[in-house]
Amino acid sequence: MPKRIIVIPAYNEERTIADVVREAVKFAEQVIVVDDGSRDRSGELAREAGALVVRHAVNRGVGAALGTGIEAAIRMGADAVVTMDADGQHLAVDAGKVFDRLAQGDVEFVIGSRMKKSDDSGHMPAHRVLFNTIGNVLTFMLFGVWVTDSQSGLRGLSHKAARTIELRTNGMESLSEFLKEMKDKHWRMAEVPIKAIYTDYSMSKGQNFFVGVKVALKLIFRRFIG
Amino acid sequence: MHAIQIVLLCFAVFAFSRVLIRYRRGGMRMLHLGLWFIFWTCVVVVALLPDTTSLLARWLGVGRGVDTAMYLSILMVFYLIFRSFAKIEDLDRQLTRVVRANALREMEEDQRISAVERLKSAEKN
Repeated sequence: MPKRIIVIPAYNEERTIADVVREAVKFAEQVIVVDDGSRDRSGELAREAGALVVRHAVNRGVGAALGTGIEAAIRMGADAVVTMDADGQHLAVDAGKVFDRLAQGDVEFVIGSRMKKSDDSGHMPAHRVLFNTIGNVLTFMLFGVWVTDSQSGLRGLSHKAARTIELRTNGMESLSEFLKEMKDKHWRMAEVPIKAIYTDYSMSKGQNFFVGVKVALKLIFRRFIG
Repeated sequence: MHAIQIVLLCFAVFAFSRVLIRYRRGGMRMLHLGLWFIFWTCVVVVALLPDTTSLLARWLGVGRGVDTAMYLSILMVFYLIFRSFAKIEDLDRQLTRVVRANALREMEEDQRISAVERLKSAEKN
C-alpha cells in the first residue's frame, strides 16, 4: 500500500483545524499539519485530532509552510502528497480523488480545480472568479502554464515531484510557483474538479485585493530577478 | 554661503560618519565604503560648487545643472530601493530555511522520543 500523506498549512485556524484533520485522516495514512507560528491553539488541536504537527517558530507564510510540510512528508516516507487548506474550504473526499488520480501513475502533479465543472462543484462567488482569472492569466504570462485554477490550495504531488520541488517564495505566490516548478521539471499534470465550500470564515481568510496585488508583484519579482 | 549649502554639507558629513561607524564595526565591505565615500564627496562638491553640475549637464545634454543632479539622485534612490528589496527577499528566504530546519529537527526528535516510549511500554507489557 503506498503511503499517502496530506499536508495542511495552518496559521491561526483553531476554529476549523480539528474538523479538517479528523476528516483528512480518513483519506490518508498520515496527516501533517504545519503550524505556521500560530498564536492560538491550532497546533495543539491538530495534534489531538490525530495529526503530526510540525511547528514554525515564527510565521513564514503559506508557501514556506507548504515547503516544510512537503519536506516532512518525504522524511516520513510519503509516496504521494496532497496539500489542502486548513480553513475548511476543501472536502477531504476531494483529497482522496487527487490521490486516486496520482495513483494512476501517468502524472506527477494534480490540481484540484474549483473552476473545472463537474455535477457537484460548488458555486464560487463572482469576485473570487475574477481574482482567480487574474491569477491564471498572470501565471500564464509569467510562467507560460495555463491551468483553470492556479490559486487552488488542493494539490497533489507524486513522490518524485515532492522530492524535487523547490519553493523559493514564502507567501501565497508560491501557489503559482508550483506551476513554474512543474514546467521547469517537466512534470505531467492533470486537473481534477473539486468542490469548494465558501463560508464567511473561509472568505475572511482568503485573498483580498491588496494581498492579490502584493502576490502579483512578488511573482513578477520571482520571474525576472530571483 | 547659502543656508542650503550648509545644510547639505552637514548632512553629507553626518551621513558619511554613519557609514564610517558601520565600516569600523565590520558591517560593511571596503568596496561599499569606497562607493559611499565617492557619493558623499560628490554631494559636498556639488553643494560647495554648484556650477560643476552645469558642466555635467552640458556634457549629458540636460538643460540645467540642478535638473541633472535631480535625475541622478532619483536614479540612485530607485537603485537603492531595489537593492534593499532584493536584500529583504534574500533574508526572508534565509529565515525560512532556518525556521524549516528547526521545525523538521523538532519533528524528528518528537518522533524518536515517542518511538522510545512505545518501545518501553511494550517491554513493560
